[in-house]
Amino acid sequence: MKNSRSHNLVLSTSPFLHTDASTPRVMGDVLLATIPLILAAVWFFGIGVLLVVAAAVAGAVGTEWVFTRGRKQATLPDNTALLTGVLLGLILPPGFPLWMALLGGAVGIGLGKLIWGGLGQNVFNPALVGRAFLQASFPTAITTWNAPEQGLMQVSPRIFATPLLQAPADATTAATPLGLAKFTGEITAVFKLLVGNVGGCIGETSSLLIILALVWLVARRACDWRLPVSTIASVAVFSSAIWLITGKENANPLFMIFSGGLLFGAVFMCTDPVTTPITTRGAWIFGAGVGFLVVLIRLYGGLPEGVMYAILLMNAVTPYINGYTQPRQFGGATE
Amino acid sequence: MAKAAVLNEGLKTFRHGVHPPENKGATSGRKIERIPFVKEYVMPLSQHIGAPSVPIVSAGQEVLRGDRIADPGGFVSTTLHSPVTGRVVDVGPRLHANGKMMPAVTIEADPYASQRTQPQERPDPARLDNRAFSKQLQEAGLVGLGGAAFPSHVKVQLPEGKRIRYVVINGVECEPYLTCDDRLMVEKPEAVIRGTQLLMENTGAEKGFIGIEANKPDAVASLKAIAPREIEIAPLEVKYPQGAEKMLIKALLGKEVPSGGLPLDLDVLTNNVATTAAIADWFDLGVPLIERVVTVSGPGIPYPRNLMVPLGTPISALIEYCGGLKKETRQLIMGGPMMGMTQKSLEVPVMKGTSGLLALTRVFQADAVEYACIRCGRCLEACPMYLNPSRLAQLARMKVVDKLPDYNLMDCFECASCSFTCPSNIPLVQWIRIGKTMVREAQNKK
Repeated sequence: MKNSRSHNLVLSTSPFLHTDASTPRVMGDVLLATIPLILAAVWFFGIGVLLVVAAAVAGAVGTEWVFTRGRKQATLPDNTALLTGVLLGLILPPGFPLWMALLGGAVGIGLGKLIWGGLGQNVFNPALVGRAFLQASFPTAITTWNAPEQGLMQVSPRIFATPLLQAPADATTAATPLGLAKFTGEITAVFKLLVGNVGGCIGETSSLLIILALVWLVARRACDWRLPVSTIASVAVFSSAIWLITGKENANPLFMIFSGGLLFGAVFMCTDPVTTPITTRGAWIFGAGVGFLVVLIRLYGGLPEGVMYAILLMNAVTPYINGYTQPRQFGGATE
Repeated sequence: MAKAAVLNEGLKTFRHGVHPPENKGATSGRKIERIPFVKEYVMPLSQHIGAPSVPIVSAGQEVLRGDRIADPGGFVSTTLHSPVTGRVVDVGPRLHANGKMMPAVTIEADPYASQRTQPQERPDPARLDNRAFSKQLQEAGLVGLGGAAFPSHVKVQLPEGKRIRYVVINGVECEPYLTCDDRLMVEKPEAVIRGTQLLMENTGAEKGFIGIEANKPDAVASLKAIAPREIEIAPLEVKYPQGAEKMLIKALLGKEVPSGGLPLDLDVLTNNVATTAAIADWFDLGVPLIERVVTVSGPGIPYPRNLMVPLGTPISALIEYCGGLKKETRQLIMGGPMMGMTQKSLEVPVMKGTSGLLALTRVFQADAVEYACIRCGRCLEACPMYLNPSRLAQLARMKVVDKLPDYNLMDCFECASCSFTCPSNIPLVQWIRIGKTMVREAQNKK
């Protein structure tokens, strides 16, 4: 009879089974969801956009590596720094100077995540922290938009700008649909917004691909569907109300939803689990808040776009939302 | 997955829960086999929740199979009977499944005895009031055979003036791998129904339910074929932990057992299906609890089987009967893979609560890398008690003991769905267990 000693049986506590899902795989699924957006951006804005995304990734991953070196458990394999870099790259203009993108990635990881204590501890979405920093530091560069469809091999000369020197000018710039709506009152057709051949950030322009990405993420259980759905629904509700009451053309809910960074933000930023509520009721509140703030900023603020600040503001109140939306006790107060 | 979805369509269940791989295929179609008698049987005096039994035999004494060998050590305690005809060789410490040396009665089987069970004296159940009926269950040594081993008579004895409306029989068997209850329902449906009727008659219940996960169609069919009108055979959605008492009641009646309360508060009496069959065996055949069905399975077992095993049989005998442990076996589990206990030694005996013996070839916790909590909320969506395991584990880890009760820590019954589902491999239920210990210690200090 074989005895137990020959097997060296391991003692541990239950459970002895575990799901196949893992945090790096969840992050990997989100990364996969960005690939069609990157390819579409190459199609619309030329291969130069790859350099911008790569610069943001280099800044993010490089910073994570420098500051977590020598830790017992490496943090790069969890894929989150890579994801932050890619997401930041996708919310930059196609002709954004590379050195700025690199800096944005570094600040996003450094001030957006590591300073808080690393993954899981940060209050604000790291990619949005990076972008907020860039918006404050380089307001012109981040609002200069390349016109789409200038050729597949196009690389905007602006991206090679160097610090402290006058940036080379781009021949073909264009206003974004939101800029047009805000400053000239021109409303871009929804069909164009769905396809994405309009001015805008690298990953934001094709609404259709972003919606497909959402379907994939939900199918893979890589995100809580309530967050993007509540965000989009909230924008629809508030903008419809204002549209119907005031008749403002740019409050048209379809235009509101499909223009600018709303869909991208709803699908890729509002779904960051760390900086959004953990409870299901909290998820609805978070989305409702983001949608309300987006409509408010876009229609009554000084800026054409407000998704970034809306999400960052809701990130700030997420701990409170969690606190107030703890689940009901089973067998406690009656339903 | 698609198959499970079709199977689950329109079935009753509770909210939340997880879907671990069922892994029941290796044994679900295998008839219960009787394991041959071995040389020595170890009956620990503590194989149930409550006070240890008190031995009434001494070394050298001859016993018959079915004879009483230990009396209850209090109200929440029960009787032990000899699983074999033979001779008591020792009353003293032996290795227990909890890893400690615990008092036990050790009996050497008589190799020449027939090992026929001697029917014991017992009264006609129809003439017993609730108190006397409950006393009989204690006499028969009956405990919850699902794993918790809570003395059955304690549950059945009703407070003065208390009425029971529903008897709920738990044939869910939601733990992966285990098929012992499934086979019992397929092969002994009469005993299950008879036991249910006895419980209903004695408690005055108007309706009985036998809840079974829908992945056991044979068990559902065999019980449906003979169930009287007042007993409903209820197929339930396949979802873990459907077999937890509170989840079963929620699924069948749509009601939640109050926090800190009992099914009794909802006029419900629950009982495990194998225990229910054992009640019938006691009153109809005079056989006390001296053997049970054990599923021996898992990737480390060459020939997985459902075995009828006399209590006290060393687990080495079960493993040997099923072809020995494969060399890649790394963990041996008594019970199911979600709530069972690992074993180091093969000398440990089968006890009343032993539903399964599983040999696993992977050690998830040791092999997995733990990542930071990303607050994805999967543990909240898994927890059948609507707790926030992520927060509880965090508080326990930081030793914030006074905050733990605010998050209803003590409602956790440790089903381990949270740990199962956590993509960051955080040992959530393990931290919650530590948290409970810390809270109890703090309360004792006060």
